[in-house]
Amino acid sequence: MAAPVSIPSSLLPLRVDGLIKRFGTLTAVNGITLELQSGECLGLLGPNGAGKSTLIRSIVGRVIPDAGLVTVFGDRADSTGARMALGWVPQELALYPKLTCRENLESFGQYHGLPHDALKTALEWCLDWAALTDRAQDPVKNLSGGMKRRLNMAAGLIHRPKVILMDEPTVGVDPQARNRIFEMIEQLRGEGVSMIYTTHYMEEAERLCDRIAIIDHGRIIAFGTKDELVRNAFASRSEVLARFAKVDDSVTIWVKDRGGVLENGMARFTIEHANEIAGLLDSASRAGHELADISLRKPNLESVFLHLTGRELRD
Amino acid sequence: MRTALIGLRRDRGALALSFILPIGFFSIFAVIFGGQRDTTPKISVLVVDEDHSAASQSLVRDLEREGSLRVKTKPEPKQGTEQPEYTAATAEAAVKAGTAPVALIIPHGFGENPISFGAPNPNQPTIQLLKDSSDMIAPQVVAGLLQKVAMTSMPDTMAEQGLKYMDQYAGGFTAEQKQKIDAGLEKLRKRESADQQAGSADSNRGMPIPVTTRDVVGENKNNKMVSFYAAAIGVMFLLFTASGAGGSLLDEAESGTLDRVLSTRVTMGTLLAGKLCFCVLLAFAQLVLMFTWAWLVFKVDFPGHIPGFVIMGISTAFAVGAFGMVLASICRTRAQLGPLSTLVILLMSSIGGSMFPRYFMSEAMQKAGLLTINAWAIDGFTKVFWRDEPISHLWPQVLVLLAIGVVLSAIARRLARRWEYS
Repeated sequence: MAAPVSIPSSLLPLRVDGLIKRFGTLTAVNGITLELQSGECLGLLGPNGAGKSTLIRSIVGRVIPDAGLVTVFGDRADSTGARMALGWVPQELALYPKLTCRENLESFGQYHGLPHDALKTALEWCLDWAALTDRAQDPVKNLSGGMKRRLNMAAGLIHRPKVILMDEPTVGVDPQARNRIFEMIEQLRGEGVSMIYTTHYMEEAERLCDRIAIIDHGRIIAFGTKDELVRNAFASRSEVLARFAKVDDSVTIWVKDRGGVLENGMARFTIEHANEIAGLLDSASRAGHELADISLRKPNLESVFLHLTGRELRD
Repeated sequence: MRTALIGLRRDRGALALSFILPIGFFSIFAVIFGGQRDTTPKISVLVVDEDHSAASQSLVRDLEREGSLRVKTKPEPKQGTEQPEYTAATAEAAVKAGTAPVALIIPHGFGENPISFGAPNPNQPTIQLLKDSSDMIAPQVVAGLLQKVAMTSMPDTMAEQGLKYMDQYAGGFTAEQKQKIDAGLEKLRKRESADQQAGSADSNRGMPIPVTTRDVVGENKNNKMVSFYAAAIGVMFLLFTASGAGGSLLDEAESGTLDRVLSTRVTMGTLLAGKLCFCVLLAFAQLVLMFTWAWLVFKVDFPGHIPGFVIMGISTAFAVGAFGMVLASICRTRAQLGPLSTLVILLMSSIGGSMFPRYFMSEAMQKAGLLTINAWAIDGFTKVFWRDEPISHLWPQVLVLLAIGVVLSAIARRLARRWEYS
């Protein structure tokens, strides 16, 4: 699934090669290979339990893989140089609740071995980037959910890494706070930072990522830009979404016979031309299935995932 | 009720506190105070016979027969070589060193007039009872048993002395004799009254065998048991503090902060070392506060014992710090740590002498106490503050506490491997 290697691995911000991680009988990561290009934002899109976080934790050295190799600018991921180059924003709020924002950032900066002056500069940058300068002296426990999320991100960037791994940074935040986080990430992208961004929100991947790897059951099942993914899955076909007034076994069979997928009462079909909709309507009517709603749309990443796995992203 | 029962069943910590801790404590107290025949504590008493008369030898022999006493007339053999018998000086030094809580010195001339009734004869040599007043029980028991032995094992002497007394004070019960008896009784009454006012030091002088009691340890202390309890209670709370501080590791593991820290340049070894240093500093600060309070409020001579305190304080803090790290490393969650630490610390404290002195306990329990940090720490602090022993005498306690700290640190490091990687 990875792009052909044409750049020396020492120049690649990140390379994952044949990574396998098993937990007992469960294979969480099953032979993933990928490369992160310089200045790129690579999205890992997949449902909960797909193996995204395990992949990230393997890269950051918190999980020992059963097989495979991770290199950061050519160094093994567990080397000191790689650790300094990597910044990890974990999915959970990994902060000290009794410490202030400033104290949290200072602590993580010291863990990374930042000298005093560099720490001071980085601290001010992080507070400014996360829009927390005026709350710098507040204990974390007194912050709102969105502020905690932003601080959580800032703590992963205190040592100003060249490669950032963001593991679902918008989990549990409201739309306004999410937009603020998007702006922060776009600022980083503007500075040329290389980034892996995991999410199970299609909109986030579409907005932020240059290329997207769709992950399911520990494997990359599709890889490319959004347009490439859609084109590879649907070519020039469009998607028809049909909602039935009543869903029973006969509807399920009818949808399947017509090459569609029924999910949560919604049937999805792909068509080459818009005039195929008439045929669908006629067939449903003759089978005695009353349609409550029908619409035509261009396929998106959600459609790609459904097309490839038969399941929705947020199952 | 159903939800409460289900909750209790699934909360192992609460279950342990509800059912195991009470049974554990009951068992410990039952063993300590239950009076089981084979575990009744014996009191060690050093006996020095300077008189070597028939009466003194008889007295020593009968003291040796007393089931409650372990009479020693000479130190234990060293490397198979018999040691010379105790002298008054070596026995006193041994009591000061804590070898035994009591020593009896039978003086020259004791056999000439071993038992007396009535007013003491200032020229009559009396047995000296040298005691370590940190043990409040042993001197009383030994003094009582000494009189009991005199009453039961020297009947001929008793009769002889009785006749002497009658001859001296009664004669033929004439008016003059009666007057003499009354005068004698009056003297006895006055003597008894004077003894009560003088306190316990001379209370044995009116007994058949006159005994002079002297504190050889702590005679100049303002408050006999305060330094003991400052150490005893201090160590117990140090253990609680250390387990709480060690618990921060669990907080970090549960919140995911530990993962983030370990993704930096910080290794698990460095992290544990840092946590251990914090625990040690915290524990030491707590000890400083405890003894400063004891000095200011209870007049314990803290400034006079700073070097010994620092050595014992650091050793103890290191051991309890490592103990806290082990507890935290064993537990999976903070919720597990609370009940487990309470259970272990209270058991250790009761066996190790933090709740009541170990000399109350049976020999077996006293030996079991040596498996605890409490016992070694209390022994060390007692040497410093009570016995005024030189720093060089602290090496057994310091060595054991440091060894405990090293072993527990190694165990904690081993257990913490589970956090290093998934």
